[in-house]
Amino acid sequence: MFYREAGQFKTTYQADQAVFPILQDRIGLALILLVAFVGIPLTASDFFISVVMIPLLILALASIGLNILTGYTGLLSLGTGGFMGVGAFACYKLTTLYPGVNVIIWIFVSGFFATALGILFGLPSLRIKGFYLTVATLASQFFLDWSFIRIQWLTNYNTSGAIEVPTRTLFSYPVTGPNATPQLRYLVILAIVTLLTWFASNLVHGRIGRMWMAVRDMDLAAELIGIPLYRTKLLAFAISSYYCGVAGALMVFFWYGSAEPGVFNIDQSFTILFMVIIGGLGSLTGSFFGAALIYGLPIVMKIVLHALGINILPATVEHLTFMSVGALIVLVLIIEPLGLARLWQITKQKLRVWPFPY
Amino acid sequence: MEILYKILIDPFLQMGSAPDLLVQTLWEGLVSGVLYSLIALGFVLIFKASGVFNFAQGIMVVFAALTLVGLYELGIPAFVALGMTIVVMYGLAFLVERLMLRPLVNQPDIILFMATFGLTYFLIGFGELVFGGNPKKMIASELYLPSGAYDIKMFGGFVSLQKIDIAAAVIVSLMVIVLAVFFQKTRIGRALRAVADSHKAALSVGISLEQIWVVVWFAAGIVALVTGIMWGARSEVSFSLQIIALKALPVLILGGFTSIPGAIIGGLIIGIGEKIGEFYWGPLLGSGIESWLAYVIALIFLLFRPQGLFGEKIIERI
Amino acid sequence: MSSAEVASGDVLLAVENVSLAFGGVKAVSDVSFDIRKGEIRAIIGPNGAGKTSMLNIINGFYHPQQGRITFKGETRSKMRPHDAAKGGIARTFQNVALFRGMTSLDNIVAGRTLRMNKNLFWQLLRFGPAMKEEVEHRHRVEEIIDFLKIQEIRRTPVGRLPYGLQKRVELGRALAMEPELLLLDEPMAGMNLEEKEDMSRFVLDVNDHYGTTIVLIEHDMGVVMDLSDRVVVLDHGVKIADGTPDEVKGNQSVIDAYLGVAH
Repeated sequence: MFYREAGQFKTTYQADQAVFPILQDRIGLALILLVAFVGIPLTASDFFISVVMIPLLILALASIGLNILTGYTGLLSLGTGGFMGVGAFACYKLTTLYPGVNVIIWIFVSGFFATALGILFGLPSLRIKGFYLTVATLASQFFLDWSFIRIQWLTNYNTSGAIEVPTRTLFSYPVTGPNATPQLRYLVILAIVTLLTWFASNLVHGRIGRMWMAVRDMDLAAELIGIPLYRTKLLAFAISSYYCGVAGALMVFFWYGSAEPGVFNIDQSFTILFMVIIGGLGSLTGSFFGAALIYGLPIVMKIVLHALGINILPATVEHLTFMSVGALIVLVLIIEPLGLARLWQITKQKLRVWPFPY
Repeated sequence: MEILYKILIDPFLQMGSAPDLLVQTLWEGLVSGVLYSLIALGFVLIFKASGVFNFAQGIMVVFAALTLVGLYELGIPAFVALGMTIVVMYGLAFLVERLMLRPLVNQPDIILFMATFGLTYFLIGFGELVFGGNPKKMIASELYLPSGAYDIKMFGGFVSLQKIDIAAAVIVSLMVIVLAVFFQKTRIGRALRAVADSHKAALSVGISLEQIWVVVWFAAGIVALVTGIMWGARSEVSFSLQIIALKALPVLILGGFTSIPGAIIGGLIIGIGEKIGEFYWGPLLGSGIESWLAYVIALIFLLFRPQGLFGEKIIERI
Repeated sequence: MSSAEVASGDVLLAVENVSLAFGGVKAVSDVSFDIRKGEIRAIIGPNGAGKTSMLNIINGFYHPQQGRITFKGETRSKMRPHDAAKGGIARTFQNVALFRGMTSLDNIVAGRTLRMNKNLFWQLLRFGPAMKEEVEHRHRVEEIIDFLKIQEIRRTPVGRLPYGLQKRVELGRALAMEPELLLLDEPMAGMNLEEKEDMSRFVLDVNDHYGTTIVLIEHDMGVVMDLSDRVVVLDHGVKIADGTPDEVKGNQSVIDAYLGVAH
């Protein structure tokens, strides 16, 4: 009853092609942005912001990156962790070499380093497809993993092989390092993620998104229409790696505050991939859903088990999480391969005609 | 100039100056190659018959080994534990077929591939929960596997051949022969080959896909168990094995996804290539290149032959 | 009417002595024919005659081992799909090669890709030149949608459409390329009488209205006779007849090929 489109006529093609054509959707989005930018910083606890919102946004950004490559273009990649690492280490080197430049600028720049490597490891996609390409992305993952440890220059020759994030400021307020407040870090991340999500949305709804999806669905037919397969795939690698690189940089600088090189290992790649699968391949909102679910699962589990009075070891929670996520993946693929995003879409469809069944 | 010398000349000089070390390295490479081949064999079995690329093969190896050791630690005699583990692997195959393969039967391959990711993580969590994450010792002597080594005098030094490694090579050869005979001569083997060619055609001649899949995942489970035993006997049983097992993927790229001899040869190439690369070129780049060398070798191969060494050229008909 | 009278336009595309083999199997042997501007040319022949292979050669999927292709004056030994598309060759497939993850509208708009050139920078912003371009092309696409009468299924994901409608959407995508040469691979396959009549009407209209040259592979002889200006007959990869429908109908080797007379 509330979600009707009746009375909302589109009189121009532009209006018809809007990303959120239904008024209620636009209102919903505005509300979400309002809550995110104003409501949460003002009212939420430090804990909530640090432990829930910040990780969620960063992981969603990485998921969007992987979604572009795997969900929209159909190139299954297990190299996400590596590219996140490239962004993180690039940012670290840049800001330690040139501390005068604002760290946020370096965050954006570090993505381009990830892009460069993304294109390099995407070059084989000219000749390699499907499973083979996935194995090739493993090459990039393991190689980058090794480089992060081996190339000591990256960590400024730190003996422990880890990096500590130095304090950096924005308008003389510390945004990174131990003195940065959660609220400030959150707002910086929120701004960056919102901007990049907007860009991603514009891309996937336009010509480039169609080219990616065409390559995913039937690359032979795509070629026929004149879509240059190789360039389209490389563009997907480039943009996807950019997003993962920025996410990695944000992760180290604004979330963890430090990084051991092992943090960008293949587990990280799988985590993001699972977020994409469960959230919805080929859906930007799905990336957010997936990040929320996978990241939130162990937290919710701990809370529920504690509430039930069951005292459980953190290691056990980890094991249970692995099991649940694994089972969830299989379940999602069986029930709704397009993930939570599709379930959300179906829910909205039902809402549109509610209280009628169809 | 000096770099070129270091890369192109020096390693070979080193090889020549200490040939006993070279032979030792080759042997080590052969041995790890044999183990990679075993894992690849499990992949090939499943892929041949169900078209599923079982990413979980590695964790199945760990899981099988852990089950065996776990049962033994409960006080069950070694060979009884072995028998029970075989039953467990059958149970696993049965459950996988019923809960994962059957519901996903008409989905594209990539979906099934992703489902095996889920299976992998599930087994990792389950294994850690039930058996604990600490490395365990394989019950090699209780299974009458040999220990110790033959030290052969060679080239002025000597080469040490672990008896367990020789046993592994023998066992692998036996397995390959058994599998080859199985596929070619038996009724089930023929059915497996039919299913590998075309699910629909196999169905139309009355072959039960579900039964075949259980058989094949069970066979892969047995292969995983053997792999787990041999590998565990060489080092130890731990979850890090699961990552090492991923090296079977480059093996499959070289050897093709459907070829048993390919898996063997691919495994040997990767194993030897890796060890030689690590030993002679590793010091130039820094240690640990073993973690990615196999993949890069496979990648380079793919660039020249996208279908691998033994794979069939895919001609897409429109 | 003799073939000289029927097709008086210039030669748009000609294949000369084209041969194609897969391994040991010869799909096409030494085939030559031309396609004149503005005509409707049918390629017919029993199953396995090499008709689809011929089409694949023309749009660049298969590269013949021998022979040449001359398109709009340019001669090549093999065509590349991208060149074919840019040169104005569009195509539909026997098994409907639509992008299943997209709606009908998106599929047809995808056909406009070659003509869209606002670069990455504008695409990131969407507002401004990129949007103007989308709207501009949307006009054109809507014309095609009106023409093919598929307004209601604009937003339906193509995977959910019945076969006949899928074929129409695929035709729409090909038309969106504003092709000079349209290759239709069994456009009537699997259709009932009504659907065939509709599709025939569309084919004729495209030829009349837009002047598009059409090559079609078709098994339904009635359709072929009614629609085409000239016909090429292939059998076992070899050309056995070439002329107007009437000329070809009476040709003994054609009759033999279809009846399966041993030769």
